[in-house]
Amino acid sequence: MILDYALDFAIGCFALGLLLNLWRLATAPTLIDRVLAVDTMAINVTALIVLYTAHSGAAFSFEAAILFAMTGFVSTVAFCKYLLRGNIIE
Amino acid sequence: MSTVFELLAASLLVIGGLFAVIGSWGLLRLKDPMQRLHAPTKASTIGVGSALFASAFDLWQLEGRLTAQEILVALFLFVTAPLAALMMARVAMASLPHPPLPPSASGPDGPEPAPPADPATSAPR
Repeated sequence: MILDYALDFAIGCFALGLLLNLWRLATAPTLIDRVLAVDTMAINVTALIVLYTAHSGAAFSFEAAILFAMTGFVSTVAFCKYLLRGNIIE
Repeated sequence: MSTVFELLAASLLVIGGLFAVIGSWGLLRLKDPMQRLHAPTKASTIGVGSALFASAFDLWQLEGRLTAQEILVALFLFVTAPLAALMMARVAMASLPHPPLPPSASGPDGPEPAPPADPATSAPR
């Protein structure tokens, strides 16, 4: 029973973090802030996938979590490499 | 035994949620782009890592064995979060306002940024 309350609290915290990242994405002073906000949003959505799986009782959504984490990381590194060098694959 | 797991998972969830909010709040309120790189790394390692470990303990209580999938996702995030932060730090360093160096001093990524003035060794103003 206490786990249900803790799960609801954690889902609320990650959702609030997602909203704060969206605000940072909208009002970013520099470009690197937007990249950082998108990367953090991907991380928060990964956590929300895992917590929703624990909340609903299903046990097969961890492939979705690792796919989202991989996609977020690869997109961040690809965009930073494009900003540094001008092309991604040399 | 199940109450120990439940309390452990609940405390990990609370800690993870608080770190996620603190990380996102720090991303919003810190003043410098280089300072703003510090906050989300805490949110992505401790926040998501503890959420994943809490889910692993919850499944251990239900199924009776430790499944490796959550630990794998947590390990992946622990390995890739510093790499992403390094790439973003390099972009932030390359966009600092500084005078450009002569072409002989440039590396594979263009001119190296000038090192910041060391307050210990520079002359007092």
